[in-house]
Amino acid sequence: MTIDLLPHLKQMLSAPGLSGYEDPIRDIVRAAWQPFCEEISVSRVGSLHALKRGDGPEPRPRVMLSAHMDAIGLMVTGIAEGLLRFTQVGGIDPRILPGQMVTVHGRQDLPAMVVMPPAHLLPPEAGSGVVALPYLLIDTGLRAADVEKLVRVGDIVSFAQEPIELSGGALAGHTLDNRVSVAAVTHCLDILSRRKHSWDVWAVASSQEEIGVTGAFTSPVEVQPDFAIAIDVTFAQSAGSADWRSFPLGEGITLAWGPNIHPALYDAITRTADELDIPFTREAAPGMTGTDAYAIQVVQSGIPCLLIGIPLRYMHTPVETVSLKDVRRAGRLMAEFISALPLDFMQTLEWK
Amino acid sequence: MSPTKKNTQTSRKRIGKRQLDLLAELCNALAVSGDEQEVREIVLREVKPLCQQVEVDALGNVLAARMGSGQDRLRVMIAAHMDEVGFMLTQSDGDGQYSFSIVGGIDGRQLAGKPVLVGREHIPGVIGAKAVHLTTPEERKTALKMEQPRIDLGPGGAGLAKAGDRAGFATRLSAIGPSIRAKALDNRLGVFNLIELLRSAPENIDLLAAFTVQEEVGLRGARVAAYRFNPQIGIAVDSTPANDLPSYDEDGENTRYNTRLDHGPAIYLMDGATIADRRLADWLMKTAAEEGIPYQIRQPNPGGTDAGAIHKTRAGVPSISVSVPQRYCHSAAGLIRISDWEDTLRLLSAALRRLDSKILTPLEA
Repeated sequence: MTIDLLPHLKQMLSAPGLSGYEDPIRDIVRAAWQPFCEEISVSRVGSLHALKRGDGPEPRPRVMLSAHMDAIGLMVTGIAEGLLRFTQVGGIDPRILPGQMVTVHGRQDLPAMVVMPPAHLLPPEAGSGVVALPYLLIDTGLRAADVEKLVRVGDIVSFAQEPIELSGGALAGHTLDNRVSVAAVTHCLDILSRRKHSWDVWAVASSQEEIGVTGAFTSPVEVQPDFAIAIDVTFAQSAGSADWRSFPLGEGITLAWGPNIHPALYDAITRTADELDIPFTREAAPGMTGTDAYAIQVVQSGIPCLLIGIPLRYMHTPVETVSLKDVRRAGRLMAEFISALPLDFMQTLEWK
Repeated sequence: MSPTKKNTQTSRKRIGKRQLDLLAELCNALAVSGDEQEVREIVLREVKPLCQQVEVDALGNVLAARMGSGQDRLRVMIAAHMDEVGFMLTQSDGDGQYSFSIVGGIDGRQLAGKPVLVGREHIPGVIGAKAVHLTTPEERKTALKMEQPRIDLGPGGAGLAKAGDRAGFATRLSAIGPSIRAKALDNRLGVFNLIELLRSAPENIDLLAAFTVQEEVGLRGARVAAYRFNPQIGIAVDSTPANDLPSYDEDGENTRYNTRLDHGPAIYLMDGATIADRRLADWLMKTAAEEGIPYQIRQPNPGGTDAGAIHKTRAGVPSISVSVPQRYCHSAAGLIRISDWEDTLRLLSAALRRLDSKILTPLEA
C-alpha cells in the first residue's frame, strides 16, 4: 500500500493532542502505522512505539525514529464573567494569540477564540503595546451561566485553525510542528514495506516534547536502540527570519551538525543523501538542538543520534507553513538509509 | 427591559436558516473599501425583486427605492455600508511573499498568524510571524510592526497576485451557541438588516435604501447617496463595538463598555460624527418601550457611521444610527448575539410602521 501524505497530514492536524494529552493524535498515528508494523505499544508517559521487524538474524540491531506528536496549546486558569483566562502549554509568543480560533475541551468541545480586551480594561502599560498573556481572554460565545457549567480550571485548549493549501505544494496550519515529522516517519515505513531491511525499525511518536522532551528521555529505555534519528521541524526563511538559523522552504531538508549529533553517523547519512540527490543543508547546531535528539543522546549509557530538520515558516503560530516536498524527502532519506544498513554498521562507525 | 420569553419566540421566527445563509454569504464575501463588487452583486440580486427603482451610482453605491402608497409619505433613507476593513498588496517581495497596507482601521496587533484571501479569486494566503524561538524577550514586549509582516501565498505564489490587489481575513461565519462569529459583521449585518427591511417595508413611507461604499475610509459613499436621494430622514444601520469584557483588575468595574451584548439594539445619541436628532431618538425609544423590545443607549463616544455624512447633506437631514452590538470589531472575527440582531430588526421594522410626517414637527423648547 501507499499512503497519500496530504490527507494523512490533514487528518493529524485536525486532531488535538496537547503535551500530556496525546490520546486523540496517538489513535490516528497508531491506525496509520499499524499496517506496517508487527508490534505496537504505548509507553508509561504516552509515547507510541511501533516495531517493524528487519530480516536479519536475531538479535537484530535496532534503529529508533523519533518524531514528537504533541502540540502546543493553552490551558484554562480561571473564569471571569463568562470569559476564560488561560496560560500556555509549550512556547507561545502572546503576540500571535489575539483573534485565534481555538477549541476549549470542556465538558464538551466548545468552539472559541482568543480575544484582546480594549485598552481601558488593561493595565496602563499594555494599552497600545503588547498585551501579555495573563490579560488575554477566550470567548466561547456562550453566556456566563453556561460557561460555568461547561468549563473548569485546567481544561485544555487547542488551536482550531483548519489547514490551508498554499501554492507551490505548501501546507499551512497549526501543529505542523511536529505532525509533519510524524508524516515523514509514516512515509518511511510505507517505503520500507516494499523494501528489504535487515535492521529492526522502531518508529516512535514521542509525547511531551514541547514541555521537557519527556517522551524522548524515556522511550529509548524500552526500545534500546543502537542509534536514533530524531525528526523535527527547523526554521524556514521568511520576513524577519533570514539569518543562519533559517533555511529555504521547499528546497531540501537539513541534517543537523553539532554536539547532539554523532559525527560518523552524520557522515554516513550524508553519503546516502548525496548518492540519491536528496537536497539537504548542513544545519549548524552549536549547542542543544531543542529536539528529541537532545534527550535521546544521553539516555542510559548514551545513544548516537542524527537529527533531520524539515524547514517550516512561522513556527509555533497557527499558520506554520511547510513544503510537502521536504516532508517526502525526509521520509525517503530515512527509508533509503535504513534499508542499506549492514548488520555490522555500528562497528563501522569510527571516531576520527 | 424584561420580555426575555417573547424574544426567544420571535428569535426563532425571524432568524432561521435562510437568514443565516444569507448573512454567511455576505460575511464570507470580500469587499474591502473601494472594491465592494462581491457584496454589491449579492445586494443587487436580493433587492431587484423588491424595489421599483434600483441603480448603481458613480461611486458604486447601490441605491434601491421601495415606494409606499399612502398619502403624505416620508422619504426615509436608510444606509448600510457594504465595505469592510482589509488590506491592499503594495509590493511583491518574491518567493510568494507580498508587502501590504491596511485599508480602514485594523489594529496591527490583530494580524499575526492569520489566514487571508487575496483578490477576486480568493487565493489563500497567511500572515506569518517570526518563530517565538528566534525572538528576544525584549522583542516580545514590542508590538509587531507593520514593516515586518507579509502576506505569504506559498513558494509558488510569486506570479499569483500583484500590487493593488485587495485582501481580507479568511474567517468563515459560524454560529456558536447563542452567538455568531464572523469577519465583516461590520457591516454585513447592516446590509442584511436593510435587505430585510425592504422585504417588509410599510406603505406609509418611501424606503430609500442606500447600500454604501467606502464607509471605512471616510463615509464617502453615504455623502453622495444622501444627495441623490434627498431624504427627509436619515438612518444608518451598522454594528458598533461591545467592549463589555471584564477588567484585568478583578475589583475594577468596566463602566466604559460602549455597548453590551444581550442588551438589545444600540441607539445613538452622539458619536464622533453626529449628534442624533432628538425626535428620532424619542421615536425609537418609545417604539421599543411600547413594543417590549430591549434596547440600549450607545455610550456617547468617538467613532461614526454613515449618519455623519448624511445629516450634513444639502440643507441638512435629521439623522440617527442604530447598531447591533459586536465584540471584536475590525479583527479577524467579531462576535454578536443572535438575539441582539433579531431585536434590532424588530425595533427598526416596528419603528418604520409607526412613522408619520408629524415626527418632523419642530420640538418645543
